[in-house]
Amino acid sequence: MTPRRKRIVLVGLLLTGVAGAAALALTAFQQNLLYFFSPSQVAAGEAPPDYPFRLGGLVAAETVERESGSLSVRFDVTDGSQTIPVTYTGVLPDLFREGQGVVVHGQLGAGGIFHADQVLAKHDEEYMPPEVKEALQVSDNGAGASRGPMGGAP
Amino acid sequence: MIPELGHFALVLALSLALAQAIFPVYGALRDRANLMAVAVPAARGQFVFIACSFAALAYAFLTNDFSVAYVAANSNTALPWYYRFAAVWGAHEGSLLLWVLILGVWTVAVTVFSRELPMAFRSRVLGVMGLVSCGFLLFLLTTSDPFTRLHPAPLEGRALNPLLQDPGLVIHPPMLYMGYVGFCVAFSFAVAALLGGRLDSAWARWSRPWTTGAWVFLTMGITMGSYWAYYELGWGGWWFWDPVENASFMPWLAGTALIHSLAVTEKRGAFKRWTVLLAILTFSLSLLGTFLVRSGVLTSVHAFAVDPLRGVFVLGLLVVFVGGSLTLYAWRARKVHSIGRFELLSRETMLLLNNAVLTVAAATVLLGTLYPLAMDALGLGQVSVGAPYFETVFLPLGIPLLVLVAIGPLLKWKGDRWQELAHKLRGPVLIAGSALLVLTWWLWQVSLGAVLGITLAVWVAAGSFQALRERIVGRRNPIAALRRMPRSITGMLLAHLGLAVFVAGVTAVNTFEVSRDLKMRPGDSYAVSDYSFRFVGTHPIQGPNYQGTEARVEVSHDGKSLTVLHPQKRVYQVQRMPMTEAAIDGGIFRDMFVALGEPLGNNGAWSFRIRLKPLVRWVWFGAVMMAIGGVMCITDPRYRRLLARDAAARHGTAADRLSEART
Repeated sequence: MTPRRKRIVLVGLLLTGVAGAAALALTAFQQNLLYFFSPSQVAAGEAPPDYPFRLGGLVAAETVERESGSLSVRFDVTDGSQTIPVTYTGVLPDLFREGQGVVVHGQLGAGGIFHADQVLAKHDEEYMPPEVKEALQVSDNGAGASRGPMGGAP
Repeated sequence: MIPELGHFALVLALSLALAQAIFPVYGALRDRANLMAVAVPAARGQFVFIACSFAALAYAFLTNDFSVAYVAANSNTALPWYYRFAAVWGAHEGSLLLWVLILGVWTVAVTVFSRELPMAFRSRVLGVMGLVSCGFLLFLLTTSDPFTRLHPAPLEGRALNPLLQDPGLVIHPPMLYMGYVGFCVAFSFAVAALLGGRLDSAWARWSRPWTTGAWVFLTMGITMGSYWAYYELGWGGWWFWDPVENASFMPWLAGTALIHSLAVTEKRGAFKRWTVLLAILTFSLSLLGTFLVRSGVLTSVHAFAVDPLRGVFVLGLLVVFVGGSLTLYAWRARKVHSIGRFELLSRETMLLLNNAVLTVAAATVLLGTLYPLAMDALGLGQVSVGAPYFETVFLPLGIPLLVLVAIGPLLKWKGDRWQELAHKLRGPVLIAGSALLVLTWWLWQVSLGAVLGITLAVWVAAGSFQALRERIVGRRNPIAALRRMPRSITGMLLAHLGLAVFVAGVTAVNTFEVSRDLKMRPGDSYAVSDYSFRFVGTHPIQGPNYQGTEARVEVSHDGKSLTVLHPQKRVYQVQRMPMTEAAIDGGIFRDMFVALGEPLGNNGAWSFRIRLKPLVRWVWFGAVMMAIGGVMCITDPRYRRLLARDAAARHGTAADRLSEART
């Protein structure tokens, strides 16, 4: 092979490989994008019914219920104007408590109940997930306004 | 008084950094030796002042000087002295000071270990490093002064985030920064070479040990971060594809590509332009990492700082450095010509493919990390890209990479013959093939991914041993041949072996991990595979700055008592923040992980998370092997001989030095 043809083969191989990888990455990307919705958006029917997404807000006061004898727990996530009931089975994170901002990952089930397979509460009292903060600001009720500044210190 | 001195030292450091950035580069341009001579003293003086400033801040922390706002926000009298010291870099301002301090360390190292470089070149390198330092010192002084005073001074500080009160914090950020900032040396070498228009194999030879050094630090930093996350905050995970982790993983991928591409440029004079571009990109990704973590654009535990001015400033720095160097590249790279032709089947081709895969991998991580930010910034909704994306992408990228890693070192430079390759590959193919058969028979119903992963690990290991064998079989005295083998080759093979160990660990832990959330009352026991966990009870504990509950969990294996684990739930006094301290029993072949959840009901029952993680330590052990391999490459004595020879050749003709200065 002449050097020129060799180079063409090499460049061709590389381009094919990179193009393949890019196609693959973009497909994987499309399939694995996770959308975030606030309780108001879910209540308005914006969230897909059979597809996992993330829901964020505050854990509503006096709604956390433990089922005796199991690790199942029920609580409401609210953004001040709308409230979505959530169920979860497992160990809750350290900072999970009523009034605290959370992000839950899971799927909407029958009766508008959100079945979470993951509960995230951030590791700082003052830290609020930005999505949650925004969701609180968007909702008419200014429930978020009284909370401390977000994440100013570690 | 001392904090003001620290602040003043920073200002002095900035002025010296300016001198270091301007005079040597101008001197190299105009061939003025007296101006170029400014570089070394300016660099060293700058380092001294940054070190003074750092010492002043550390002193404020150690003496609990809460009149300094940064100390009051991040320290507390109840904190043990070593965490008070580590708290210096526990948040934004201090970690930025650490960043410039480490840049100073690398700069001084360049002034010490690069005496044999041509004067003009060395001046340009130090000038570029001075410019980077200027940018970050300005950033510190204008937006993030760590010495701002508080009036009136509080009696007690706010304390460090309990998550960060861990030996991991003492060592992890400095290591990581040594890696990030170390790529600045490779970057400065590349920019200096572009400025001087001189890019030859000597340039690659100078640049190589610095790049490998930075890579070793970054590898260790990431490994420690992963281990820290594992026992401190991860509920037993070791990698989360969190944006902060990605921020350090992108420069690692690019840096790995760079050390391989530098090998080709040094040995064969090929890929020159690509290597220079890669050096620029690697440091750009380091800067991007700093931007992502420090500007607070991320939604993660690490995003300490939320201040738009800072974000804009770092973004500006990023634009100046990346944009400037890329413009220079576009302008000057045409003058660079690669020599060194090679055949399709050659080590060069293998390294080219390695670079293609690693670059694509870095690009996919970049896409996954930046896309959610871009969507959010453009108001197109809030999305996140989780682990499934990265896992889907890394699988098909990893397979060809692992196949090639075993083949590359077996091929000759320039060109090799297919028959010879086939001959060399007989052993590895046989070994990996048998592994495939055995694993398929054993695991085909459990997981085909595990079969594939472990077979590839075996293949990489077998290929590395074959490369070792090639060098000693047939020699009259194999032991002597082994001893004579260049240390850099041993280092490379060790690093590749480390990759095999890493892949085996990742595969095992992903496939065979057992994780259970459960409720236990005192006296209950629970069996997970062959292990039985018995919850005896809880008792209160009192730490230096926290209170908590400790549980006693007895573990037995096949009826025999194995160990007792003590997972804790702590509440830190100052911040009223609960923290889970998991109990881990580590072993070469498996880790047992027990974490205490929360009390359930009033009969003493608690929720627990129990995990059995096979081979999880191999993940870190493999990474450590890679780092040790890198250290062996840097310390290869042959290297220093070559550098000395270069220098001797240059000093041979006095006129040569002058002409260097003019280029």
